[in-house]
Parts: sequence; C-alpha cells; structure tokens
Amino acid sequence: MSEPTKAPAPAGRAATKKELPEHFRDYKHVWVFIEQERGQVHPVSWELMGAGRKLADKLKVDLAAVVIGPPGEAVQHAAAEAFCYGADLAYIVADEVLTDYRNEAYTKALTDTVNTFKPEILLLGATTLGRDLAGSVATTLLTGLTADCTDLDVDADGSLAATRPTFGGSLLCTIYTLNYRPQMATVRPRVMPMPERVEKPAGRIIVHKLGLVEDDIVTKILSFIPDRDSAKSNLAYADIVVAGGLGLASPENFQLVRGLAAVLGAEYGCSRPLVQKGWVTSDRQIGQTGKTIRPKLYIAAGISGAIQHRVGVEGADLIVAINTDKNAPIFDFAHIGIVTDAIRLLPALTEAFRARLSPHSRDRIAS
Amino acid sequence: MHIVVCIKQVPDSAQIRVHPVTNTIMRQGVPTIINPYDLFALEAALQLRDKFGGEVTVLTMGPPSAADSLRKALTFGADRAVLLTDRFFAGADTLATTYALATAIRKISETFGAPDIVFTGKQTIDGDTAQVGPGIAKRLGLLQLTYVAKISEVDPVARTIEAERRSEGGVQVLKTRLPCLITMLEATNEIRRGAMVDALRAARADIVTWSAKDAGVEDISKCGLKGSPTIVKRVFAPSARAEKAAFVDFANRAPAEALIEEMFKRQPKLEAELVVSARGF
Repeated sequence: MSEPTKAPAPAGRAATKKELPEHFRDYKHVWVFIEQERGQVHPVSWELMGAGRKLADKLKVDLAAVVIGPPGEAVQHAAAEAFCYGADLAYIVADEVLTDYRNEAYTKALTDTVNTFKPEILLLGATTLGRDLAGSVATTLLTGLTADCTDLDVDADGSLAATRPTFGGSLLCTIYTLNYRPQMATVRPRVMPMPERVEKPAGRIIVHKLGLVEDDIVTKILSFIPDRDSAKSNLAYADIVVAGGLGLASPENFQLVRGLAAVLGAEYGCSRPLVQKGWVTSDRQIGQTGKTIRPKLYIAAGISGAIQHRVGVEGADLIVAINTDKNAPIFDFAHIGIVTDAIRLLPALTEAFRARLSPHSRDRIAS
Repeated sequence: MHIVVCIKQVPDSAQIRVHPVTNTIMRQGVPTIINPYDLFALEAALQLRDKFGGEVTVLTMGPPSAADSLRKALTFGADRAVLLTDRFFAGADTLATTYALATAIRKISETFGAPDIVFTGKQTIDGDTAQVGPGIAKRLGLLQLTYVAKISEVDPVARTIEAERRSEGGVQVLKTRLPCLITMLEATNEIRRGAMVDALRAARADIVTWSAKDAGVEDISKCGLKGSPTIVKRVFAPSARAEKAAFVDFANRAPAEALIEEMFKRQPKLEAELVVSARGF
C-alpha cells in the first residue's frame, strides 16, 4: 500500500530518547524466512525478498534468505532461487526431521540461526505456517513481532517502521520494536508486489546444523491430506476477481457474482460481512483478515469499501466499483465507479460480457 | 480432564466508528462481545469435557467489565471463570499478554489442577495477530497445535491427542502428547445454546478475580505497556487517493455497455486479456 508512506515521517527512536541495549548492537542485516513445503517455495517468500531488498539497501546491509527443510535438491534449489530474487547470502538448515513442518523443530532451527548470526530484521509470510512459527520464535527470543504488515520502511535512525491495520481494520498504525532484536514482522501473501526474477549465480551459502534427532520431537505427522483441486481457491493469485458485499441484499443474489465470475474466467470473493453472515465461506473473504489480491481487474459489487477491505484490494490494476451510494468509501479508491444497484447491473453485465467474449461472437466479428 | 479456554472481550467490530477529525476509535456505546473465534475453542473444550468428564475453566485478561464475557461463557456451560485484571496489564502487546496469561495459567494449575489442554481462538477480531496462542504455548512449554479443524482422538490414559490441522495446501494429521495448546479454526463447530441450569448458575457464580499479585506475577515490568517490546507510534486513517473514481455516465444507454466501454477505454489491453481468461476455464 503506498498511501501510508506519504504521511509525515514517523519519529522512531528519536522521540523516545532510548538507546539500543549494548548486547543488541551487533545485530545486523535483513533476513527473510523462505517458506517451503513438499518441495515448493510459497510465493510470499519471494514477495518478502522484494520488500527485504529495499530495507537492506536503505540500511546498507545484506539481505539473507533462510531456508529450512529436509536435505536434498529442494532446499538447494530454494537457496539458489533466493539469489535470483535479490539475496546477498543464504542460510540453510537441512535435516531429515525438518521434512514436514512441525513447530518444535522449525522453531529451534530458526531461533538457533537467529541467536548465532544475529539479524536486525526478520520477515516471514503471514501464512498458517509463518504465523505458527513466528509467534513461537518471537516468544522464545522475547522480541517484538508485528503481524500482517501492509507497509515496511526504515526510519532515518534505522528502526523498522511496520505499518498494519488496527482496530479490526478501521485505522492504520505504525509499530516499532526499538529496544529488542531482531525486529520481526509478518506480511500476508500478495500484499507486497512480486519482484522481478533476475538470473544470477548462487552466492555465499552458510550451512547451520540443527542438532535434533527424531526422538527429541514429540509431535508426529500421521498423514497429510492435500486439498482437492476443486476445493482450492486461487483467489489471492487470480488475474480477474469479482466480489460481492452487503449491497447484494440476500444470499441468493450472491449467485450473480458467481455468474459474472464464470463468464470472465475469474475467481469470486466477498467482503467480511458476508462471511460473518454465513452467506459465503471464509476462504473467499477479501481484505485484511481474508485474502489480499492483486488482479488485473477487480469488480466490487455492493461493497462499501471499509479500510479492512481496501487494504486487501489496493494492489489491483483496475478497480471497478458498483454501489448505489455515491458517497460510499469504495469510490475513494476505485478507478471506475458506477452508481447503480448491483443486483440489477450484474445480470446485464454478465450478458454483455458473454456476448463480447464468447468465441462465437468473435468469429462473427472476424467474418 | 481439566481444560483452560482463554477468551477475550472485544468491541463488536460491526459497530466500531472512527471519529472523522481526530481519527480515534469512538468506543462509547459500542457493545462488547466474546471474540467470535474464541467460541469455537470454548465449544471444542465443552465437547471434550462432556465426553471425558472434568472441568472447563475460562480465563480472560481485561478490565473489570470483562467479567460480562466470562459470565456469558458460564451460561454456555463452562465450570469456572477467572478474570485477570490489574492496571499493570494495560497497554500490553502480545508478548506481555502471553506473560500475564501464562502466569495465570500456572496459578490456575496450582489452585484448580493442571490443565490437560489449553485452548485459544485462532485470532481475535480486534488485534488479528494470531500470536497469543503460540506465545502461551512457548512460555508454558506446551506442545502447540494451531488452526485445528478437528480433534479426532484423545487418550487421557496414554496422554495422547490426534488432531487435524489446517496447513498450506492441505490438512496435517498430527499426533502429540498432552498437555498441549490448541488454537481452534473457525466454523469447526457451533456454540451450544446453553442449558437453563447453566444460565441460573452463571448469574450467581463467583468469578475468580486476580490482580497481578494474586496471579503470582513476580516481575511487573514484564506486564502491560512496560513489558511490551512493540511500541505503537502513530495511528492514522489512510489518505485518500488523489483522484476519486471516474463515474460512468449512462444517461442515454445501457449501463452495462457504458461500464464495459469505460473499462476498455481505460485499459486497452484488458479486452484481449479477458478473452484469454474467459476461454481458460
């Protein structure tokens, strides 16, 4: 989100007259935890590398990727990829007990690496894995952790300024961890733009030993049940998204959103109140507490545009808002607005798009 | 079985308003509720108690008025309520909150028996951090199961538990030892209505109320604002985008056609992209 950075520069340490305790002064460099499971790196890790690169450049320090997982090609590949996304160096903790994510083993791997190599900033994705891990690591290290940041910056004095929505998403606040290290923050997928991948040879890799055996770990994984493809929503990474809000007036009318989405080959979503009312499942919620999206086109039907929704959609290239209230906040950040009833417009819009986009109509135009 | 459920009293977010000039939250008259995510934890705890016997203790940290939420939890069937309230706890971030709650759970353990399971909701609707559950687990040395969708098996004799945990791209089926901490996923159960006998009992129940000292807090500097490594420096409303939305004028034509033309005018490449997208499915 670009807006908060335009506000007056926050005061940071200068305003507190506090000094960083001596034993934290040698904490240097920016780290990004590279989340990988079953051989796949979660794209949020590369998004964080983009954000981390900017912080490291401002601080004139190194950007390091921390890769934790089982020994083998996947971990080596993830580290090699990290250099293509801007890493100056990579730390690898590889051990058989890290094959699947388990809190005990991963918490030890990350806290030991932090205590040994002392980063000043540590970023993680706010995924189920990242949130599970970050809370444990920050409590073990007794340091500050700011969840779900929408903007990361460094002040003139080098403090991390982490901005996130607060009070259920009605306001934003900037949070500092002035006297503890590392300064930890999580960011949800898609909040930061994906940086460009640039082919680069691998740089310095530092391998750290875990020092755990399977018998040390109490929790065992009995099985993993992958989500069925049909149950998977690709909402966060979709190119086209259509969503509905309370303006739809009844759960039956949500079908209008699905109908338009189907014609556009889009994913569908909704605002928070529809999830709270039980009209739509929570995996379809768009906003601060749901999914953040960055599509090429976002159509919001009957959504008023509370801040908590706004922070989830601002990265869209084109936001089209349909609302009966011309003063609705959504028109403050939409690019195109139309003041009309979504319940009436959606069927007409669906038909109009169907006519324009169907192969049949194309052929006719071509001939 | 002894089960502790941590709950939080939160403002009903649907009714929060922000002062247009001062950018502060207008709390006056906003009703408070039990954090909705905590109700899934409470119901899961009550179901285990109903199956295995034992007691459910609900715990909250907050102002004296948070007793209302505890009493509500008693009406659903919780057996005991503990309120942790002290001005020293004010302004706590998640780290300071977990210090206070973990201390109180140790005291609950000494006073009413050691818990087999500590439950929290997956997150609160006012803070949305999801950090307090993992923090309590770490401080108490409990095994941690977050985002639990289903508790498939508990063996109180062997002291083991099997649960399904939501993870990225699927569900992990885990087996671990008691005692453990569980953060319960939403929509995994439905809070019971509560029996009349529980409502009557709740109305008369004594709520165990502890100050920091009562709960056994030894280091007050680890509590509240003082014990919080994070500092909130600035609260603000996002500034408006320089230009507002361009409104589509559809005085003499079909609104849908007018809207589509405006979209394609603004982003000339969009039509081609939509054709590809529409055929891809």
